[in-house]
Amino acid sequence: MREITYREAVREALREEMKRDESVFLLGEDIGVFGGSYKVTLNLIDEFGAERVLDTPLAEEGIVGTAIGASMVGMRPVAEIMYIDFSTLSYDMTINLAAKLRFMSGGKLKLPLVIRTQEGGGVSAGPQHSQCLEAIYGHIPGLIVVLPSTPYDAKGLLKSAIREDNPVVFIEHKGMYGMKGNVPEEEYTIPLAKGDIKREGTDVTVVALSRSVIFALEAAEKLQLENISVEIIDPMTIKPLDEDIIIESVKKTGRLVIVHEACKMYGFGAEIAATVADKALDYLDAPIKRVAALDVPIPFGMRLENFVLPNVEDIIKAVKQTML
Amino acid sequence: MKLNNSTIKDIYLMMKSCRAFEERAIAELRKGMPGFIHSSVGAEAIPCGISPFLNKEDYILTTHRGHSDIIARGANFKKVMAELYAKETGYCRGVSGSMHIAALDLNILGATGIVGSGIPLASGVALGSKLKKTDQVTVCYLGDGSTCTGAFHEGLTFAAAFDLPVLFVLVNNQYEESTHWTYWGGRLKNLAERANGYGIEGISVDGNDAIAVAEVASKIIPKIRKGKGPVLLEGVTYRIYGHHMGDPGVGYRTKEEIESWKAPDKDPIKRLLNYLLKNNLITEEEDKEIDVKLNDELDDSVQFALESKEVEPEAAFANSVYCGRDAFNLSKI
Repeated sequence: MREITYREAVREALREEMKRDESVFLLGEDIGVFGGSYKVTLNLIDEFGAERVLDTPLAEEGIVGTAIGASMVGMRPVAEIMYIDFSTLSYDMTINLAAKLRFMSGGKLKLPLVIRTQEGGGVSAGPQHSQCLEAIYGHIPGLIVVLPSTPYDAKGLLKSAIREDNPVVFIEHKGMYGMKGNVPEEEYTIPLAKGDIKREGTDVTVVALSRSVIFALEAAEKLQLENISVEIIDPMTIKPLDEDIIIESVKKTGRLVIVHEACKMYGFGAEIAATVADKALDYLDAPIKRVAALDVPIPFGMRLENFVLPNVEDIIKAVKQTML
Repeated sequence: MKLNNSTIKDIYLMMKSCRAFEERAIAELRKGMPGFIHSSVGAEAIPCGISPFLNKEDYILTTHRGHSDIIARGANFKKVMAELYAKETGYCRGVSGSMHIAALDLNILGATGIVGSGIPLASGVALGSKLKKTDQVTVCYLGDGSTCTGAFHEGLTFAAAFDLPVLFVLVNNQYEESTHWTYWGGRLKNLAERANGYGIEGISVDGNDAIAVAEVASKIIPKIRKGKGPVLLEGVTYRIYGHHMGDPGVGYRTKEEIESWKAPDKDPIKRLLNYLLKNNLITEEEDKEIDVKLNDELDDSVQFALESKEVEPEAAFANSVYCGRDAFNLSKI
């Protein structure tokens, strides 16, 4: 099968959906000729024109608010927020409006809207350009929150997100844009709200998110050399959450490690741990472990950043702790 | 107000310092210094024209593109370079980097990488000075793109509502990342017109004419200090490099356009040098000596940064995430 990058996979999904449905359009800062800060939308303006690849003023609240408005009248906007850190500027629109307008209309309005953004550290971008904020969106009823970890998933999930009639927050990872993976030429979609088993195993379940899936896979390879068999579950959509795939795995392995790049307190890991404690406590043979960033702002400089962010070694250590 | 010659010459020296620092920082970045640089090359006349009229007690806040703003305010080459190199001897112990330098000993309250977010902060700083009944002025540097944000609107609304002693310095380098300001602001003659919406004074000057900037600054800063209310001062300039050094800066604008802004009649440093030469305020030899001296100082600053240590991770977060409390949950597992 052909290999393309995560960036190209996202772009292909956008292109195919724009071709398929004229109501799909893109808006965001510098997404036109510039092709976006991470070049995801590069050249799409040539193919679809400046109206459907709409460069906007630097105003996140305006971007998301405008996208919501357009979605209320049947358009399918895909808004790009350059960094998830900047999406804090559009919380009001996302949390108070996108997530609630359908309910407030008595269940009548459709909001077919995607907010694409990217998160994560690893490039010395410092405290205001490196955060992982998915848990904030996961907390809000009315939103669907997706974090793809491979090019294949990114393309299939984004196509589904664009066809979805609810607001979707689609969170890419800046550290994965150049990563290559198998993506078929043929049309496919991946359903939202369904998890994926990224590796089968029998001893320990690792639930990982976004780029942490890549680290977990590497850790699993190393652990296999020590005869520890790790099963890796990638929920892909964190809201709604595919609880069954996690519970089933934990019932099989009896051990659970959760990995994410966001800091630990009140994070995605806490939700998974609570869910498993609630629904599969009797199956657990060891305490649940979470691997996450330290509870500090992301510092500038690689040495400090590496100290703060979870890595392969941390995952190995946590898995072994559940095997004691 | 007529500027005296020594002020004009000081402004020139300051502009050279800003330019030399930035060019060296870019060279170091290309040699492997970490992070990003959003270069302020080309816009030096604006902070250098303003800074001479500030008191030591006045405050400044700046942006991700703020190296010249802080150097014009007296920031130390070594401490800035060390910060860029993520070293403990930097202004923020190397945890903050190019985009977020604060130098509290110089009343440089910091820079922020979230466009526009410094604007309401500046109103708050000015409110503090007003409540404390000091005569401090706050200078808030902002870019053209930031005038699109809600923070700009709200920050100026507050400044106007409470007659705050704040000078909003709009460094219009014409490009918001890749987007020319007329793409969204084309109905305006200039961005100083935005001031009309708040009933405050808006002034637009040629931001590459250091003397013009300084003449305006020398008039309005004393007025602001006397409590006559905030002013929005736009300096029209040009961003010579790309959005950051990873952006070649072309595609959305032409090479010819960029070159035209480097010409002797456009570049702010060349323009002021011509003025100084014409008026016998400097000689070519003296100008070359300044370059040599700056080069030596920058050599020292790089050596200082390279020889400095990175902050120890354990120490980096003690008393820095919280004041008076250690960070907690310092375990990844």
